[in-house]
Amino acid sequence: MNVLLILPIIIPMFTGILTLFFRYSLRTQRLVSLIGTGALLGSSIALVLDVHRNAIQAAQMGNWPAPYGITLVADLFGAVMVLLAGIVGMAVAVYSLVSIDRQREQFGYHPLYHFLLMGVCGAFLTGDLFNLYVWFEVMLMASFVLMALGGERGQMEGAIKYVALNLVSSAMFLSALGLLYGMAGTLNMADLAQKLSVNPPSQSPGLVTTVAMLFMIAFGIKAAVFPLFFWLPASYHTPPVAVSALFAGLLTKVGVYALIRVFTLIFLQDIGYTHSLLLVVAALTMISGVLGAAAQNEFRRVLSFLIISHIGYMIMGLGLFTPLALAGAVFYTAHHIIAKTNLFLVSGVVERLGGTPELKKLGGLYRAQPALGLLFLIPAMSLVGLPPLSGFVAKLSLVRAGLETGQYILVAIALGVSILTLFSMLKLWTEAFWKPAPESDTKKPGINIRAWLFPIAFLAATTVLIGLGAGPMFRFALQAGDQLMNPSIYIQAVMRGVP
Amino acid sequence: MEIILAFVIGALFAAGIYMLLRRSLLKLLIGLSLMSHATNLLIFTVARLTRGAPPVIGMTESVLEPPFADPMPQALILTAIVISFGVTAFALSLAFRAYRSLGTDDLDQMQSTDA
Repeated sequence: MNVLLILPIIIPMFTGILTLFFRYSLRTQRLVSLIGTGALLGSSIALVLDVHRNAIQAAQMGNWPAPYGITLVADLFGAVMVLLAGIVGMAVAVYSLVSIDRQREQFGYHPLYHFLLMGVCGAFLTGDLFNLYVWFEVMLMASFVLMALGGERGQMEGAIKYVALNLVSSAMFLSALGLLYGMAGTLNMADLAQKLSVNPPSQSPGLVTTVAMLFMIAFGIKAAVFPLFFWLPASYHTPPVAVSALFAGLLTKVGVYALIRVFTLIFLQDIGYTHSLLLVVAALTMISGVLGAAAQNEFRRVLSFLIISHIGYMIMGLGLFTPLALAGAVFYTAHHIIAKTNLFLVSGVVERLGGTPELKKLGGLYRAQPALGLLFLIPAMSLVGLPPLSGFVAKLSLVRAGLETGQYILVAIALGVSILTLFSMLKLWTEAFWKPAPESDTKKPGINIRAWLFPIAFLAATTVLIGLGAGPMFRFALQAGDQLMNPSIYIQAVMRGVP
Repeated sequence: MEIILAFVIGALFAAGIYMLLRRSLLKLLIGLSLMSHATNLLIFTVARLTRGAPPVIGMTESVLEPPFADPMPQALILTAIVISFGVTAFALSLAFRAYRSLGTDDLDQMQSTDA
């Protein structure tokens, strides 16, 4: 049994429990929290290297053989997602130390943070659908509390919408899961893939597609795709910045991960229908997100809408369903998680320096903090897709995949949405950084933001690194895409030793 | 039996969704828990109802003979019940806290964070 598969789950778990023990010593909690995220990052790097070197890894929990017990699996895509959770977890944990107020820390911020990471890593690693549901709930429960912790008015409103819609999504997920079990008699993803492809339930082939649609809606709510995204812009700007950065980076992407996983592994019976629908959803998601962003006038609200828009690109990669497109989706997800988290972290510094999230009342930050301006531009331009930053390669591969499959309208939409993204980013840049500071501004005594910049610089460096090392990175993404396109490798890795 | 349960599940889902669409916060939560009950019954029914056939291997046999009640969906439902219990408890306290700090339980009044 490969211990690397379990570490990303039990490290955050033990870190969370340990921080619970040190309830009255914030200093110890912080130290434990930092060590925990460091260890998570280390183990996730080891996992990626291991999966890269030795093919897909699988571990049977409690030594129950594959279709009966719970399996943990790491293919390249899953391992990379765990690595991203490690990177983001580390950066945001450092950022939390300076940005989260004492009161929230005293009321359990650190334990919740690690339980959230545990849920996210568990969702990326599990090979069993019901177990995926359980990890979703672990993650959601921690995120509910983090969202509401502090009890400000806006947080309460945001949390109610967030909780209600996510619970509806969970109910859908569970119903779909039950129906699938009734059809196939198993919930192990590899086994399901095998059973549904070798021997499709003959009595009613439409039933599988119906269940697939239920999954699409359930995961679509979590991933915030087109008609189902309304909880996101209503809630993501309400909690403290560190929390919304973590949510923006990881939570919707768990939904995207789940969509990619089930629609490359299990639901391949009616690609003509399901994946074309995904393409339509992708196009509408891109457009509605970017138009919503253009209409907003607060830093974090603009960013929240841009998350939705970029989810569209990932779904586009899934809908095109070629190795290149899936590689593009993997690359795009990786690049997006890092750039988006970073932008949220920058927004926290901006709100702190300017004293308000409203763009109208901000200004002059480039003059005051040139380093911050530069650190904003790196992830912002990367999201737009300027070479040589990471977003360029991601968009290029998606566009190429789109052209190869003849989806010209979709490609045109993707490129147009890029330009509108540029518009929103420039709006943020001119309003917050470039225009002169508003005159009524009472000069605050210089706030020292050096400590805030460390995690931002770390993530910006990662973005540049992905962009500069695009060649090897993309070869890696192509391998991941190949694995996603050939589910038989995944199935074999899980069902090894099972007749 | 399946037919009756199908109607019960459908009615539960319908009632749950109706409650979700109402404006009161408490009714929203009632709707959510009705939906989770409907989901649990759905899992139970879809996995086929078998009467009087416990999944126990008899003293003289070595394998389980086919007509037996599948214990797996019951395990799933048990887990789901526990999870929905915890989530409902949290949602209730959240709703109460929201009512206290917002001064209303009317969802239409909670629009300050909307885009």
